[in-house]
Amino acid sequence: MTTTSTPNLVLPGSPAASVAAGLRSGRRDLSGILFQIFMLLCLFIALGILVVLIGDVLSDGLGTLLDRGPFDFVTTETSGRAAESGIFDGVFGSFWILVCVAVVSFPLGLGAAVYLEEYARPGRLTNLVQINVRNLAGVPAVVYGVFGLGIFVELMGGVLGPGRVAAGKSLLAGGLTMAVLVLPIVIITASEAIRSVPRALREAGYGVGATRWEVTKDHVLPYALPGILTGTVLSFARAIGETAPLIVVGALQGSAPANNGFSLMDNLQGRFTALPMQIYDFQRRPLNQGWADLVAPTIIVLLSILLVANAAAIILRNRYERKREG
Amino acid sequence: MTAPLTVNDLRGQPRRRRKEATVRALFLTAAVLSLAITTAIIVVLAIDSYRFLDIVGFSSLIGDQWNPRSGFYDVRTIIVGTLQVAAVAIVVATPLSLGAAVYLSEYAPNSVRRVVKPAIEVLAGIPSVVLAFFTLNFLSPNVVQTLFGGDTPKANILAAGLGVGVLIIPLITSVTEDALRSVPDSLREASVGVGAKKVTTTVRVVLPAALSGIVAAMILGISRAIGETLVVTLAAGATSFARWPGAEGAANLLYGSYLDQGLTMTGAMANLINRGDTPIEPGSKESLYFIGMVLFVITLTLNLLADRVVRRFQNRY
Repeated sequence: MTTTSTPNLVLPGSPAASVAAGLRSGRRDLSGILFQIFMLLCLFIALGILVVLIGDVLSDGLGTLLDRGPFDFVTTETSGRAAESGIFDGVFGSFWILVCVAVVSFPLGLGAAVYLEEYARPGRLTNLVQINVRNLAGVPAVVYGVFGLGIFVELMGGVLGPGRVAAGKSLLAGGLTMAVLVLPIVIITASEAIRSVPRALREAGYGVGATRWEVTKDHVLPYALPGILTGTVLSFARAIGETAPLIVVGALQGSAPANNGFSLMDNLQGRFTALPMQIYDFQRRPLNQGWADLVAPTIIVLLSILLVANAAAIILRNRYERKREG
Repeated sequence: MTAPLTVNDLRGQPRRRRKEATVRALFLTAAVLSLAITTAIIVVLAIDSYRFLDIVGFSSLIGDQWNPRSGFYDVRTIIVGTLQVAAVAIVVATPLSLGAAVYLSEYAPNSVRRVVKPAIEVLAGIPSVVLAFFTLNFLSPNVVQTLFGGDTPKANILAAGLGVGVLIIPLITSVTEDALRSVPDSLREASVGVGAKKVTTTVRVVLPAALSGIVAAMILGISRAIGETLVVTLAAGATSFARWPGAEGAANLLYGSYLDQGLTMTGAMANLINRGDTPIEPGSKESLYFIGMVLFVITLTLNLLADRVVRRFQNRY
């Protein structure tokens, strides 16, 4: 703020003088300072929690993880004794759940996003689909679990594999449930990426007579790709960390071999567990058997995977953006 | 002389048109599938909720405890547990998120934003199992037991509420910040122009203008807190059953029972699936769908409400 008043012209004692004094007041803005301190405190607490959380997990689990050897811990199967158990079962399950999500959610989510952004005309149906997708993103994860239990475990399990050990509580059921849970997030992030593509790009395409699909495939999607990939990676991260639906769908609690044979179909139709499920399960096992010691190391493994996924998303985005500029 | 140009000439090659139609149909299917999912969720929940009510009868929804293994289904118990956890969570999370959001939107220089925003995103990405562990391992012993004495059970409603509060901080912060940033600068400039201090501008002009966005953020936070499962299952303590806390008077409901173990709707659901995997009492398996239905209806209502509030807000500016 600049004041244009020249102090020489103000007579001492006049109203103008008191205004000038007010404008130049040396009084500290106490409420302003307090307000800023309050806000900074809030921010520090919020971020401090993150630091304390990571510190807590590391101080609790890093020792055990290093003692066991990170590689051995990750590649050893979960057995009946905590001291010899690794978390391979969880890593295995999480990997296949991720494959299900990638195969199902990515194409469906991208397809829906392309329809909503490129094809749909504003109207009742479009509006309904958009509201619906937003609400699906807000449905609690447990409810997806109940949905998966009803559709994928009981209905699909009843049709596909009567008499199988898993009785529907299969890796496939868990993976598909997670795919449905992640789908609205993929649609929303992909829609945002597509929406940010400049209009001129499309108009240029239409102007030379390209069809909608040709414009979408050759111009819109390549331009939106970094945004789409970033969103997809983040939603996959969500799928790796989510636990509640797996509990309801019937992921294993307690020990049993999660590797159900050598063929893909055998594995997909067998019982399963996943990394976050093991974290949950280890915490609920009887005390004094050493399982509690495995919780923090498993969390470190899970958080490391998520961190790598996040970093990959950022690097991906930066590289594509640089390419586009260059 | 060439033949006059007809509409048919402008339609393009039939092959390209056919391809276009096929692609369009595929995308439409993908989009409509999301409607099918919602329908399927509702149908699955409704059928077994009906079966549940058919088996146990409406009258057993009010009793003195929630204990499906023995055939007691007092829904009040788990609804109150849920509300208590959500109340603690929102009381903890709202001031922290609001302060952080106002700072990020109104005060923070760009360099600070660039560091802090990703950090908050990382906090948002921490899985809830991990927060459950953190709640039991850190928040409960170091915060709750320090404040209220070591004889407090390690797992209790207050601790669970704190954990869920941490979980919803990133959500409320980012929605609030979006709301604050979409307040037009002309309002701030007008306020500064008449000589208001920065605090006054922020508190008296920007915050009221963004109020509906802030309310929407809180509604979304509550909805998320109600649906959160892992933290409450592990850190609220009660395993598969809980007594109706109102039995000891209304005061116990309002403020007395926060340091006790409690059971929420989501906690009850997770506990219905146990290692044995075999529900004994008729109706206990179906009760899972019934709670799911109640949960779905509550969160859907809250989400729709937040959506409307946000849209009305957007229309204003």
